[in-house]
Amino acid sequence: MPKRSIEPLLWLVFSAGGVVAALLIPSLLFVFGLAFPLGWLSPPSHERLLGILEHPLTRAVVFLLCTLSLFHWAHRFRYTLYDGLQIKHLNELINLLCYGGAIVGTVVAGYLLLQVP
Amino acid sequence: MGDRIKLQVARYRPEAESEMIFQEYEVPCPKEWVVLDGLNYIKDHLDGTLSYRWSCRMGICGSCGMTVNGEPKLTCATFLSDYGSGSVRVEPLRNFPVIRDLVVEIGDFMRKLTAVRPWIIRKQDKPLSEGEYRQTPQEMDSYKQFSMCINCMLCYAACPIYGLDSKFIGPAAIALAQRYNLDTRDEGARERFGILSEHEGIWGCTFVGECTQVCPKHVDPAGAIQRYKLSAALETLRSFLMPWGER
Amino acid sequence: MNDSPMYTKDHPRWLRSRVSTYWWLERSAYLTFILRELSSIFVAWFVVYLLVLVRAVSQGEGSYQQFLEWSRSPAVLFLNLVSLIFVVFHAVTWFNLAPRAMVVHLAGRRVPGVWIAASNYIAWVLSSAVVAWLLLGE
Repeated sequence: MPKRSIEPLLWLVFSAGGVVAALLIPSLLFVFGLAFPLGWLSPPSHERLLGILEHPLTRAVVFLLCTLSLFHWAHRFRYTLYDGLQIKHLNELINLLCYGGAIVGTVVAGYLLLQVP
Repeated sequence: MGDRIKLQVARYRPEAESEMIFQEYEVPCPKEWVVLDGLNYIKDHLDGTLSYRWSCRMGICGSCGMTVNGEPKLTCATFLSDYGSGSVRVEPLRNFPVIRDLVVEIGDFMRKLTAVRPWIIRKQDKPLSEGEYRQTPQEMDSYKQFSMCINCMLCYAACPIYGLDSKFIGPAAIALAQRYNLDTRDEGARERFGILSEHEGIWGCTFVGECTQVCPKHVDPAGAIQRYKLSAALETLRSFLMPWGER
Repeated sequence: MNDSPMYTKDHPRWLRSRVSTYWWLERSAYLTFILRELSSIFVAWFVVYLLVLVRAVSQGEGSYQQFLEWSRSPAVLFLNLVSLIFVVFHAVTWFNLAPRAMVVHLAGRRVPGVWIAASNYIAWVLSSAVVAWLLLGE
């Protein structure tokens, strides 16, 4: 049996992350990053937002959004560093920083979402 | 636009110099002339030492690929009149070592084409007595586009990944693999998967898409590669989750 | 075809040029590609921003208001504006390229790529509508 590479699965996660990020981030970033701060729309009250967030479905969706987006970044950024800066010889370090960063982010996301009262 | 045009042609003569230089030639420019006509005029009338490849002069043999004003082009399909009164710069195809003048070394490309096993693979060959394979027009349509490749290597010249990493199998080779994977007569998808997916083969591709842009035969190698990535990734997932499916 | 003894893999007189560090500036298609790839950085920034928001909400009304205040600061606003541009760029390029990777056959015929892209955009509108419905209005 030829040696199996993990690359296809990393690509699959990258793709899933790309889809999720494309579907959800623009609207979320628009409201929380521009519309609410600039007063174009009024932000939800703390009580309402907490009510939405503490729901298990919301926690699950937010967790998936965070982890898939982070792995999407990790994979894409890794190749950007290889090709853009031509530092492929540092690939072990790059892989560690990218996927390691995504793993750390995933753990942080999981922890924070579990901590929602 | 006059009836003459200047061609700046790259020269590399390893026995004389260690670098590429440019030599300017002025050639006639009738409206139906292509860059290849200009090069042939140079060779026939101005400078017989110029070396370059060409053959069919009608866009089917894939021999005359060169870099014209920075773009990978078939010189037999690129009209001089498109360049107006400016000068036309002709260089060898990018991303390949240059042997001499406009002639590049294509051995890496040839090896990659062969590496993907570009032939019908059957578990059991069908004997002649059993008659021909049958294929519906829809079945042929599913791979036909990928069979139109003329091996001109313009896609390799346009691909920045291939330029940076020669371990990347490259657009034409992957499109060729897909031509066979999608052919209903073929049963070799698993064998090719082992070659393409195990090594860095295809995963270096980041879907720049320039290969499809420059392809003179509208093969869409970028599309072939993305489709292959998806099927290879799903196949890997399946084999992790359901290993008993393998034989 | 194995490497036959007649074939040389390398020759000192072949001219090989190194790819320039600025290869991505040589063609506009390459530059657009690199910008598309860099959008992933802003995707990662959004995850950080979102997690900061989650933490602020968890810690109570006061923290939430502090977060909203912080989100109004010029630096954060500017970063989020740039991020939004890149994230939308990511979404548009992603949806437009999706049909190249996913070829769908329905009833023996290939679904035109335009429909695949369109269904992605529709999904985008629907997800955004859900986000709006959840967060807006009182």
